[in-house]
Amino acid sequence: MKKNKTLSYEFIKGLWEINPIFKQVLGMCPTLAVTVSVMNGLAMALATTFVLVFSSLLISSFRKLIPNQVRIAAFIVVIATFVTIADLVMKAKFPELSKALGPFVPLIVVNCLILGRQEVFASKNNPLRSLLDALGNGAGFLIALVIMGGIREIIGSRTLMGYSVLPNSFEPWLIIILPAGAFLTLGLLMGFANLYVERKKRIELEAGIAKYKAAKNTLDIKLGEK
Amino acid sequence: MDLLIIFISAAIVNNFVLSLFLGICPFIGVSNKTSSALSMGMATTFVMVLTAIVSWLLYFLLLVPFKLEFLQIPSFILVIASLVQFVEMVIKKVSQPIYRALGIFLPLITTNCAILGFALLLSMREYTLIQSIIFGLGAGVGFTVALLIMSGIREELELTDVPKAFRGAPITLIIAGLLALAFMGFAGMI
Repeated sequence: MKKNKTLSYEFIKGLWEINPIFKQVLGMCPTLAVTVSVMNGLAMALATTFVLVFSSLLISSFRKLIPNQVRIAAFIVVIATFVTIADLVMKAKFPELSKALGPFVPLIVVNCLILGRQEVFASKNNPLRSLLDALGNGAGFLIALVIMGGIREIIGSRTLMGYSVLPNSFEPWLIIILPAGAFLTLGLLMGFANLYVERKKRIELEAGIAKYKAAKNTLDIKLGEK
Repeated sequence: MDLLIIFISAAIVNNFVLSLFLGICPFIGVSNKTSSALSMGMATTFVMVLTAIVSWLLYFLLLVPFKLEFLQIPSFILVIASLVQFVEMVIKKVSQPIYRALGIFLPLITTNCAILGFALLLSMREYTLIQSIIFGLGAGVGFTVALLIMSGIREELELTDVPKAFRGAPITLIIAGLLALAFMGFAGMI
């Protein structure tokens, strides 16, 4: 990670360039398990972002005090504290949502995405950059979870955020909201995302080649004139 | 009979990987070769049984009587991680062959979500100590079975012509989906 990167880049890179789900393939368990509906995905992503942001902030503030040998243990204790806060708040304020997410709220502790950001970024950068990085990664995670939840909710139960969006004549594909559907949806989504990126790259490459050829032609003509 | 049902339910019907989505990271990461999948599965089973004993003792003899349930997450993680580290050192001293087979995988799985998820499920279900151990054994065997099937398929997959965009994680996920579909067939067993 170069020091001269602008602050806005630290936020934006999380959205797509190093998107936790599509690019880093981290934090798969909650992505697959809770995205039965948009609401669940949103709640999970917000809880994860809360933990990520506060852990990054705390760890980057204390990064010079944490000895290198015990850093992993220190990170985990910090993360576990915030997860406990998130878990208790959810249980108290949104008992239904907490029940729907099951053990996956406490399991935010072992989400590799959070530990990964602490190890790669927060332990080496100042609090402001770490905050932006955490927000960006959280937002990237949120986008992926909402897309997954949206697709699975529309196809699997005909609704979006609890509102009916497809006509009753459409028979819901039950398989999509079952575990098998989670794997299939994410696999296809990642595949098509790769396909899109690949095509975009090829078009850019071809445009580059065309530009180069045109430049070479004009240069040749100029040389010929001389 | 009761114990048998717990075992089969944890190993096949509610398979940790394919129906509870716990331990997806190693499932995708370490399922390239059958040999490493087997080692990983055995190491996970071992840690799960160990976790079953320790977390049961910790939760029901220490946290519940003193009303400290809110400390569950940090205490589980710290105790499991340090215990596994300790066992790793003991194995290294006692038996080199076992260390070579399991050793490198032990630190990887200490804070894997399959292990912590297992410990959390354990405290929710309020099993006895014996039932917990059987539950751990079943969950570990189920994880190993899923990992082995996956690694077998992936070894074959290297010979096939997968579209470039789908290579790696996407095709693995799609295969996992088909496997999960197959495992749904066991749903009526219990």
